[in-house]
Amino acid sequence: MADIIVLEKMNKFYGTYHALKDVNLSISKGEKVVVCGPSGSGKSTMIRCINRLEEHNSGRIVVAGEELTDDEKKIDLVRREVGMVFQSFNLFPHMTVLENLTLAPRLVRKMATAEAEAIAMKYLTRVRIPDQAHKYPSQLSGGQQQRVAIARALCMNPEVMLFDEPTSALDPEMISEVLDVMTDLAREGMTMVCVTHEMGFARSVADRIVFMDQGEIVEVSTPAEFFAAPRSERARTFLGQILAH
Amino acid sequence: MSFDLSLIASSLPKILQGLGLTLNLLVVSTLFGLVLAVGILLMRLSRRSWLVWPAKAYIYFFRGTPLLVQLFIIYHGLPQFGFIRQSVLWPILREPYWCSVIALSLNTAAYVSEILRGGVLGVDKGFVEAGKALGLSKFQRTTRITAPLAVRLALPAYSNEIVSMLKSTALASTVTLMEMTGVARTIVADTFAPYEIFIAATIIYLVLVWIIQTGFTLIETYANRHVRKT
Repeated sequence: MADIIVLEKMNKFYGTYHALKDVNLSISKGEKVVVCGPSGSGKSTMIRCINRLEEHNSGRIVVAGEELTDDEKKIDLVRREVGMVFQSFNLFPHMTVLENLTLAPRLVRKMATAEAEAIAMKYLTRVRIPDQAHKYPSQLSGGQQQRVAIARALCMNPEVMLFDEPTSALDPEMISEVLDVMTDLAREGMTMVCVTHEMGFARSVADRIVFMDQGEIVEVSTPAEFFAAPRSERARTFLGQILAH
Repeated sequence: MSFDLSLIASSLPKILQGLGLTLNLLVVSTLFGLVLAVGILLMRLSRRSWLVWPAKAYIYFFRGTPLLVQLFIIYHGLPQFGFIRQSVLWPILREPYWCSVIALSLNTAAYVSEILRGGVLGVDKGFVEAGKALGLSKFQRTTRITAPLAVRLALPAYSNEIVSMLKSTALASTVTLMEMTGVARTIVADTFAPYEIFIAATIIYLVLVWIIQTGFTLIETYANRHVRKT
């Protein structure tokens, strides 16, 4: 199958700090990849490079056939095809849920308002909160806000969805409603790259698990391999720490 | 010393004859100042240093010198130069009204651009990133996300600036304008009763400030309707 995301010998520095070291990763269409690792390992930085919220310093990134460079036009093309869900939701607080969902389709895809609203309602129904369409984000619970954020990204009909620790800011009782929506999305065949500490989700949904530490991809394996017998010592230590309780 | 309550009452309508000019100076200077402030803000936030430093110098100068001195430089100082008196600007610069508007506008623009900058810097980077991730252009992100949120954050400080501007219009009386303070000073010269007359002026200023404050409270409530919980 065609690779929709290709990272080749990608390096990223913050000043002199070497945040990502020779990262190589190819993700094919329809694949679900979970990225895990200790904090500061570069997981978020890596997926933020995929839609150029961070600039890489060397190597190549090709997403949906476009190589990411300084070329603003190509960056915009890539961003249209790549949806992103953030840890802190980042819904526009001054817009209603419906306005949040229709903004990019109207401005970027030049869609008529009625059509954009119809699509928005379709995705709000899919994330199971069509009745909240006219509320403001602050009136929703964290779990509801994150589901709106997922719907907002889906309204652009992206090829790939990136999730940057989507459940880390949520109260425990709201985590499953978000993971349920993400699991549905995976079942429907969406290509997903997901940074998460939710190992249950990783085990049931991921095709591959990418384990990172200190800016490097340490191992890439199937969930079965990864949880039963991680190849690297660092992954064993990490799993020991997060599965201890 | 005697205190004449009836003098306060009788001077109120006279001082109110200056109300129109006071409000005129306030509104016109505030509007000019706001337009100028946005321009200075864009320069100040630019990545190009040749745009940034003139904006910084402007802000430093107009915040760093008294408004009264700025007004005197424009009204008394500029006409010293023959080329100013010969220039096309002379019909404007010889009018105390326009000199006052220019001084007030230039001065408030420095403060307002900094107030707005505070708002822009206060906008959570995450919202801008969400806009980027959705493919919005820089212009779209600025007009749809950053600007509306920055304005909301800047409103309390901006209302403060408008109140401050109202009081600054009194300085126009020093260049012969008959706004409220100018009228009050004239009445004092006739009656030798500064206490009563300036108390009357104070009452009017306080009422105006109350109206401005209340207006801004309503605007803030409306602009922040999205943060109210139901």
